[in-house]
Amino acid sequence: MELTAGERAILAGERGEAARRALRYQIEVGRFWGAQRFVPVTNVHMMGDIEVMGDGGLEWLREEARLGARCVVATTTNARCMDFAHCERLGQDAAEAVKEREIIACLRRMDVVTADTCINYQTVYQPHLGEHVAWGDTGTVIYANSVFGARSNFESGPAALAAALTGRTPEYGFHLDAHRRGTFSVRLDATLCDLADWGAVGKLVGETHQDYFAVPVFHGYRRAPAADELKHLGAALASYGSMGMFHFVGVTPEAPSLEAALGGRQAAESLAIGDADIERVYRGYALGDGDARLVVFSGPQQSLLEMKRLADLFRGRRVKAGASCFVTTNSGVLAQARELGYAQALEDAGVTILQGVCFYILQNLTPMRQANGWRNMVSNSAKIVNIIGAHRFNTILRRTAECAEIACSGVLK
Amino acid sequence: MKVIRVRRAFGAAVEGEALVSEEGFSPRYDLDRWSGLITKPGHQLEGASIVDKICFFATAKGGIAAGWAFYDLKSKRLAPRAFVFGVTNPVMVQGAIFAGIPITEGWEPAPHGVVQSGDWVRVDPGQRTIEVLRRKV
Repeated sequence: MELTAGERAILAGERGEAARRALRYQIEVGRFWGAQRFVPVTNVHMMGDIEVMGDGGLEWLREEARLGARCVVATTTNARCMDFAHCERLGQDAAEAVKEREIIACLRRMDVVTADTCINYQTVYQPHLGEHVAWGDTGTVIYANSVFGARSNFESGPAALAAALTGRTPEYGFHLDAHRRGTFSVRLDATLCDLADWGAVGKLVGETHQDYFAVPVFHGYRRAPAADELKHLGAALASYGSMGMFHFVGVTPEAPSLEAALGGRQAAESLAIGDADIERVYRGYALGDGDARLVVFSGPQQSLLEMKRLADLFRGRRVKAGASCFVTTNSGVLAQARELGYAQALEDAGVTILQGVCFYILQNLTPMRQANGWRNMVSNSAKIVNIIGAHRFNTILRRTAECAEIACSGVLK
Repeated sequence: MKVIRVRRAFGAAVEGEALVSEEGFSPRYDLDRWSGLITKPGHQLEGASIVDKICFFATAKGGIAAGWAFYDLKSKRLAPRAFVFGVTNPVMVQGAIFAGIPITEGWEPAPHGVVQSGDWVRVDPGQRTIEVLRRKV
C-alpha cells in the first residue's frame, strides 16, 4: 500500500505503540483486499462487549489500554450484552458483569463514547454523502452506505477500534465507486404494510444472493418508504445476504434512476417481489409445538417511533402469564419514551424494556433459553429471526401487531 | 492431486483435515463458541467440530460480532487451522487476521468434487494454492 508521511510516522511509533500496532493490522487487511491506500474517516462505530469479545478479547483490550490507546476521531459503541439493571433477573453471570464494566471503563479511557446503540444512524450521527466512516454493526453500515450515501465497509470490533486509533481505514470495498453500483434489480410490487414485511424483502433478496459485493437496486415501489422501513430492509439484507449496500430508486442519494443506480450497466438479474412472496415467507416458518412464550422486539434497537407503535399496541393489555416479551432500545430513546409515557404503557403491560443491548447478543442467552424452557422465539425483526439460530431457538417472523397479539394471547398461529 | 488456486490470501502455510460445506458460515449464527461445534439447526454441518480443521465454506454470513469471535476461539484453543471461502466479507478477513488464522477467498476450481471432509489438505497463502495431500481413508 502507498503510505503517506503521516502513516509512516505512525508505523515508526511517533503516535505510540497502540496506534503503530493498529496501522500494521490495517495494512494486512488492506493488502488482502488489494487496497492501494488509506482514506481518513470522520466517525467510528464499534462493537465491543464481553459476550462478543470473550476473555481473550478483554485481555487484548487491557493491553491496548496499558499502551495508552486513544481515539483520534469520534467513536461510539454498538449495543452490548448486558443491561446492568436487569442482569440478575435474566440470570446473567455476575462475574461476566464485572468484566463488562471493565470493558466499558477501558473504552472510556480510550475516549470512546459508550452510546451502546445499533441505531447510531437514527440517534447519534448522520454522515453526509461521500463521507468516509468506519462502522459496525452491519445494519449501521448498510444504512450509512445506502440511505446517507456515506462510505463504509463492515468494520468488526478490532478493525473499527484500529480506525479509531489511526483515524483512517484501508480504501477498498464500498469506499470505492466501482463497488457502489447496483448489480441486480428488484421491482417491489408488494404492498409492504409492516416493518416485518420490509425485513421479509431483505430475507428474500439476501438469502438468495449471499455476497458482500452484490448491490440490489429496488425500484417500482408505489410510495416513499419511512426511515424505520429502510432500517429493517437494510438490517435483513445485511444479515441474510451479508450485503453492505442497496439502492432505492428515487429515495437513496445515488439512485436518481434505475440506470444511474446500475452505473450504466445491465442488471445481472431482474427480480420482482409481490404480496404472495411476502405471504410465503410468513407461511415458511415451522411453529413446532406452538410455544408462544417469547416475543422479542430487537435487532435493531427500537426507534422512538417504534416505541410509540408498541406502546399503542400494548396499552391496556397484558402479556400472557408465563410469557416474556422484550423490547430493546438505547438510553436516549428510552429517556424520551419514559417522558412520553410509552415506556410506562409497555411496562404496565408486562413488557420488559432493556436498555443499551440487543437481545441476540445477551450474555448467557443459551442457558437463559434452557432455564425458561423457551423453544420458539417470535419477532417482527427478520434479522433477529435469522441470527439467533446458534442458540437453538426455533424462530418465527410475524408482523408487529401479530407479535403483540401473540405476546398477550399466548396463541401462535 | 489436483490443486485449487485462490484469489486472495493471508497467513502462514498450514496443513490439516478438511471440513467442507457448500453452505455459508458465521461463527455467530452457526457456531457454539464454547465447544467449537456447529449448532445451528439445519446447517449442513450441524454437529461437526471446526476445531483444528481447515474449513471450506461457500459464503460468509452476517455479522460484525464475528470479528472478535475468531480471536476468542483461538484463545480457547477452539480455532480452525484455516478458513477457505468461496466468497467472504471484510469481517471474516478482519477477524481471521486479528486472530492470526490463515484465510483465503475465491477458488478455481470450486472444491466440490476436489476436496471432501476428512481429506488432509495444505493451504499455502503465499503461493495462493490449496492442495489435497491425502484422501480420507
